[in-house]
Amino acid sequence: MSAVDDKVTDLTQNPADDAGESPHPPSESEETTGGSILLFFILGLAASMVIGWVIFPKLLYSEKKQPINFNHALHVSEVDDECESCHFFREDGSFSGIPKNEQCIDCHEEVNGESEDEAIFVEEYIAKDREVPWLVYSRQPDCVFFSHSAHVNGADMECAECHGHIGESEKSRVYEENRISGYSRDIWGKNIAGFKRNSWDRMKMDDCAECHAEADGHDSSVQTQKDACFVCHK
Amino acid sequence: MKQAQKEHTTKRYGMVIDLDKCTGCGSCMVACMSENNVPFKTDESNKLDSITWMQVYKLTNGKSYPNTEICYLPRPCQHCAGKHEGHSPCVSVCPATATDYSKETGIVSQIYTRCFGCRYCMGACPYHARYFNWWDPVWPEGMEKYLSPDVSPRMRGIVEKCSFCFHRYQLARNKVYLEGRKDLDEDEYQTACTQACPAGAIKFGDLYNPEHEVHRIAQPDMQHGGRPQNPHVFRLLERLGTNTKVYYMSERRWVRKAGDNYLPGEFENPGAVAGSH
Repeated sequence: MSAVDDKVTDLTQNPADDAGESPHPPSESEETTGGSILLFFILGLAASMVIGWVIFPKLLYSEKKQPINFNHALHVSEVDDECESCHFFREDGSFSGIPKNEQCIDCHEEVNGESEDEAIFVEEYIAKDREVPWLVYSRQPDCVFFSHSAHVNGADMECAECHGHIGESEKSRVYEENRISGYSRDIWGKNIAGFKRNSWDRMKMDDCAECHAEADGHDSSVQTQKDACFVCHK
Repeated sequence: MKQAQKEHTTKRYGMVIDLDKCTGCGSCMVACMSENNVPFKTDESNKLDSITWMQVYKLTNGKSYPNTEICYLPRPCQHCAGKHEGHSPCVSVCPATATDYSKETGIVSQIYTRCFGCRYCMGACPYHARYFNWWDPVWPEGMEKYLSPDVSPRMRGIVEKCSFCFHRYQLARNKVYLEGRKDLDEDEYQTACTQACPAGAIKFGDLYNPEHEVHRIAQPDMQHGGRPQNPHVFRLLERLGTNTKVYYMSERRWVRKAGDNYLPGEFENPGAVAGSH
């Protein structure tokens, strides 16, 4: 008990001492210690930044190659109806998504041109009647309901607003899959900090909600006075 | 999305179940479970542990032979509106905004990814329409491939319930958008139980729409909390003020009486018993 009391009195006395006289000028050895601490701090900060911004994202996402390197630009120039030539709506309003062999076979029954990917496609998939196991960059988690019809037909949105200018791409980029969640990197976005410049940079819930909050008539929820969760969740 | 979406009118989806037609076969329960990926176990005898969005109850008039009568009562979620729209017992208590009331359709939703399993809503629901997942679902081998992709399966630790097959509404609306129409037709959106009932005992549609069969049968008085004006139609626990959207119909008096708790003589002579209502 008495030891504690001593400490308390010591502590209360010290500030008074310091205030009374100016502190000693720092000696040379103290200066170098301070410098090395600062250096150590800067190095540590730099190292953790590199780990957080560069190494962690590399570890978090596995990189997968598409089975075929697809040239969107070439196909768009060959068809009449832009995106909807291949990615169309079915009669019941559902969206066909990525085309099946059935749609490709008219042009690709035989190998056209000299591209290696073309040869693989025709020989490995069309000839063997196998569907191409495309990796879908924009695949949403299981709990999400998304209606292409509501957005494209109902709200007159352009494909590029969410998918970017993928129609102008000449080759398929690498598909990055989150090792923890299994979702495509396009959902979180390329920028690990979550910054986005274009409307298609990210496909998280907040990005959907941004538009839903702006548009009129989206207030069906009693709880939130916004769009009800059920509009997009299943 | 920046442009204002094409307006569509407000709906109050509801159901009328003709108890005199119901044979208690359980088709609605089976259809519901397969439509909505409802998990089941090898031993379903423990009713505290089993999940049935649609549950068929058996009622008797309590008389001995030869006067015994049986009635089967299918019970989905009643999609209560409450005293004012959205004042459903479950919606008003949910601390997680996991259950919500849609002003557009009148449907009480349950968002599984939002629910954290406090079960407050289960305590609040007077109809026992909500179920808790005590376990992760385990499907018989190979069955996982046959699950419906339109309804996401639930994990353990969360509450689930009937959604009036809301995914069917969503899918039906796809076509409405494509064709540039404003509204769904009555037959474009029907629940799985409605379509599965071999006796045609379940009718489903918009209670606001006078052309829909549910409106014609129940004749709901929307000025007075949707009270049915057809004398053979009643709702479960009407006097709680839950303003449910599932109506029941029976010619039999004792069945209609079973829909609520009455003091002796109160049902026969409403108003005569002091303190009633």
